[in-house]
Amino acid sequence: MAEKKPLIKELTKGFLAENPVLRLVLGTCPTLAVSTSVTNAIGMGISASAVLICSNIAISALRKIIPSKVRIPAYIVVIASFVTIVQMIVKAFAPALNESLGVYLPLIVVNCIILGRAEAFAGKNKVLASAVDGLGMGIGFTAALLAMAIVRELLGAGSFAGHAIPLLSQNPMTIFILPPGGFFVFGILMACANKIAEGRGKPKAELHGCESCPMAASCKLIQTDSAENVKEATVE
Amino acid sequence: MKAFLFILLTAILTQNFILCKFLGICPFLGVSKKLNTAVGMSAAVIFVMVLATAVTYPINTLLEKNDLAYLQTIVFILVIAALVQLVEIVLKKYIPSLYSALGIYLPLITTNCAVLGVVLLNVDNGYNFVQSLTNSFGAGVGFLLAMVMFAGVRERMESCDIPKFMQGLPITLVAASLTAVSFLGFTGLVEGIFPGVTI
Repeated sequence: MAEKKPLIKELTKGFLAENPVLRLVLGTCPTLAVSTSVTNAIGMGISASAVLICSNIAISALRKIIPSKVRIPAYIVVIASFVTIVQMIVKAFAPALNESLGVYLPLIVVNCIILGRAEAFAGKNKVLASAVDGLGMGIGFTAALLAMAIVRELLGAGSFAGHAIPLLSQNPMTIFILPPGGFFVFGILMACANKIAEGRGKPKAELHGCESCPMAASCKLIQTDSAENVKEATVE
Repeated sequence: MKAFLFILLTAILTQNFILCKFLGICPFLGVSKKLNTAVGMSAAVIFVMVLATAVTYPINTLLEKNDLAYLQTIVFILVIAALVQLVEIVLKKYIPSLYSALGIYLPLITTNCAVLGVVLLNVDNGYNFVQSLTNSFGAGVGFLLAMVMFAGVRERMESCDIPKFMQGLPITLVAASLTAVSFLGFTGLVEGIFPGVTI
């Protein structure tokens, strides 16, 4: 990761080429759970992005102090601290959002995107690059969340951000805001992303057991063969 | 007694962790390709969930007594991570047979949202100690049920002719969607069996 990349590239790669949700298949739990309405999606996107940027900055600044043997617990402590701060802010200034996000707000701690970026990028790069990477990934996450939420809310509730849309709201297909609709819309969205990626000659998104999990590098289950995969993925 | 059955069945069927609450999607999509890995992973999840609940409940009481409830997230995740490590060491030393069955799945569970999720939900719902344990056990069994069902679906998908751009994850997610539809059928079931029971 030593080569110099222009900062703008670090920013934009998170939108499409390395979109965390649709290309890297990280953070699927919150994507499915809170995309029932546009408001929730934006709230979740902003909260997770804030944690991601702050933790990327902190971890990148501390990367030379943290011994590599205990880096995962150290990262978790940093991330959990920022999540607690964000949780307090949301509770104080947007109690309605806190209510509707519920348990998924503290669960940002275990969002694979954040630990994954800490492991793959912030632990090896300079502070500014890490901050920009966090911002890009945060925007990519929010965009994917928003795309799903728009489809699900329009079809499932016939509204957009709580405002009823005349024709659609008469007979909304409620199944789209129920759990099965979440899986379905996510599957179709990923198929579209694959189709676009295929046109550009990129491989399709794939979840190979635990390789895509940020714990993979430190987990002994696949230590031998996936260490190279992880390295490849990050060099890209 | 009724209350416990109510919590148990709700956690397994109507509020299934994977298919209704979307917690633990990564192992659901990643480890459900074969039946035996699905069962092994689920067994490890049940084990860690119940253990984590048993350990975090007294800690949470302590935190709440000292007005430190805002530290829940950070304390719980650290306790769970430490606990998983400890369990791994203990199992390796004293119960090697169990370790060989569950060992490889344990490190994967540390940052699993299902485990932290069940602990936080127990606190949110205000369950007492035994109710928390029941809920965690139920959530784990629900996890097992969804994993086993889905492993069966996936094994059949292997031999299907799927359009190229739908291959891999997209078709898996659509199949998960249909599996989730079957769990929608349980809506209202538990309330119907135990009318008037409230926790």
